Amino acid sequence: MDEFKRRDFLKTTAGVAATTALGAGPALFAPDAAAQTYKVVPEKGAKLRVLRWKRFVQGDEDVWIANTKKFTQMTGIEVRVDQEGWEDVRPKAAVAANIGSGPDIIISTMEDAHQYPDKLVDVTDLANYLGAKYGGWYPIAKDYAMHGGKWVAIMMGAAGNAMVYRESMLKAAGFETFPRDVPGFVKLCQALKAKGTPAGFALGNATGDSSWTHWLVWAHGGKLVDAKNNVVINSPETIAALETGKQLYETFIPGTLSWLDPNNNKAFLDGQISLTANGISVYYAAKTSQDPKMQALANDIQHAYFPLGHDGKARELNLVFPMMIFKYSKYPNAAKEYLRFMMEKEQYVPWQEASIGYVCHPLAAYESSAFWTADPKKTPYRDCFKNGTPGGYAGTMGYASAAALADFIIPNMVAEAASGAKSPKEAAERAQQRAERYYKV
Amino acid sequence: MLGALFMLPAALLLLMLLAYPLGLGTWLGFTDAKIGRPGQWIGLDNFSFIIGDSLVRLALFNTLFYTIVASIIKFALGLWLAVLLNEHLPFKSFFRAIVLLPFIVPTALSAIAFWWIYDAQFSIISWALVKLGWIDTYIDFLGDPWLARASVIAANIWRGVPFVAICLLAGLQTIPPSLYEAAALDGASGWQRFRRITLPLLTPIIAVVMTFSVLFTFTDFQLIYVLTRGGPLNATHLMATLSFQRAIPGGNLGEGAAIATAMVPFLLATVLLSYFGLQRRAWQQGADR
Repeated sequence: MDEFKRRDFLKTTAGVAATTALGAGPALFAPDAAAQTYKVVPEKGAKLRVLRWKRFVQGDEDVWIANTKKFTQMTGIEVRVDQEGWEDVRPKAAVAANIGSGPDIIISTMEDAHQYPDKLVDVTDLANYLGAKYGGWYPIAKDYAMHGGKWVAIMMGAAGNAMVYRESMLKAAGFETFPRDVPGFVKLCQALKAKGTPAGFALGNATGDSSWTHWLVWAHGGKLVDAKNNVVINSPETIAALETGKQLYETFIPGTLSWLDPNNNKAFLDGQISLTANGISVYYAAKTSQDPKMQALANDIQHAYFPLGHDGKARELNLVFPMMIFKYSKYPNAAKEYLRFMMEKEQYVPWQEASIGYVCHPLAAYESSAFWTADPKKTPYRDCFKNGTPGGYAGTMGYASAAALADFIIPNMVAEAASGAKSPKEAAERAQQRAERYYKV
Repeated sequence: MLGALFMLPAALLLLMLLAYPLGLGTWLGFTDAKIGRPGQWIGLDNFSFIIGDSLVRLALFNTLFYTIVASIIKFALGLWLAVLLNEHLPFKSFFRAIVLLPFIVPTALSAIAFWWIYDAQFSIISWALVKLGWIDTYIDFLGDPWLARASVIAANIWRGVPFVAICLLAGLQTIPPSLYEAAALDGASGWQRFRRITLPLLTPIIAVVMTFSVLFTFTDFQLIYVLTRGGPLNATHLMATLSFQRAIPGGNLGEGAAIATAMVPFLLATVLLSYFGLQRRAWQQGADR
């Protein structure tokens, strides 16, 4: 990596084909014809400002900054990277879009690119180049980043969500492997509760960790809207999901109705729960701790895919990160070049590895990176983006889907029914009414 | 002319930093502005939309409940504390400084402390009660809707009492001791002195302090945002937090602004109530009546 010099960089932008034809790159990452054609000339004297979410794991920040420095060394383009709490980036991006001023690149969350697509630089050429070079984009990347047939963002990846559990407790509850279907999952939660090592899943207004409630609804065939954006959440499938939610809630540790994003991490690391849904950050915290107790916990932590839905398909909601270049930027070419550089294998894979896979890739070729299988505990996070389902499923993404997601319609519905505050039917009816307000336009 | 010139900076500040944002916010409430898209005038659509929204109605109820309960308790505790601090206590200055602490600590910080205190798994209150053998399971402070309302109100009271107490203490110190001496000579009891001298003379400052206290409480945001994000089951969502949720993460600037604007009549009513409350006691400022 360190020998990667300016000369190599020029080769990458102008003549990738030459290098690979000589067999310099592994076959896996072999570029096709489209890869050769991508070339962009950064503006003279370009300087970039990047706003991104603050790291969840230290390795992410360290290597992202190191890669950025490398970019500056090779191109002479100065890059300032500002970091904010992830929930603060979205409003800032919105304000930047609104007033037409701010960072050149914003790495935000979810369907932001669909909220103000006309304010964003068309990056179709770059997306095509990266897709062709790295085995193609997963379909969900297109859902999030394409608007009106054009790419308006480059997907950085997703903070994958997976089941995080204590292997010893799972075994003590009589399970050798993690169940792959919903009935088996309910039985597991019941068995864990009976053993005094309950599960815990956030049911408060937790922006990230309440996403398991979407999986619950989808796994039973329920959905907020159909393909034509008609609200269809009040359905027998949803009610079945809410009945399952009730069964699950009975097995949870008390207090999950108030849980926000950090609660399940704290409870898991303290040994109070045996199972939750989370990013890889719980494992990262235990594994990088100097405390022998935490090290022992890290050894006991295992990860599993979410159980498959009624139709045998995986549908999970992950926190995705679109990287957007704003039209007000004076240096759109330099910004594109920065994004290209950061997404290239030489930067992307070491960065992903340093953050132990916290961000799951959107490009298919990266699933073969060795680190995903070197530690099998990381493997379930490898496929999060591939198994992902957009928040606006099964409709289109835009203002309505973003608003419905931000208003916690599905998590509130599941919480209302699970806790018994409302019957499943009442909760589904209320969710229907709330969602119809957003989808009426 | 010179007078107007001297007033200009203050007037400009007021116009630019208060009147303009308020006007803009109100205007946005009448548009369908989304983030990244300027709005069109849609009249009262947003308002009829939010009136029909069960979540907004719940937030309004929560806000009124939160404000009324917290304000009454803050007033009672604040007055009590002020009267106590007005007595001749040893280390009086020290106590007065200590009382101000909750008000000085940034809200976001004290809210995080309360978040730990109320945590479903790590609450120190629950831990202590379990150790004492008074309870068996941890109290679900923020998980039960009514308990969560009570918990956030308690946190708000803790933070708001010093403001009321210190302001009322300042008011108490303006009451001439000769009035109390005269009353004592006439054989007035402690309660009579409080009821006939302290309370009437304190009323103007009570009106001002409680107006501010109600305004702060009604528009509270940080405490809820850190502690519950409006949960559980939206039982602690206030108008301010819901307005933010709809406008910024949700992208519906117009609707969020409409919710915020809907708070104005309530705030205005509080101000008017206090204004007329003050007017009625014009005699206290030396008027003829």
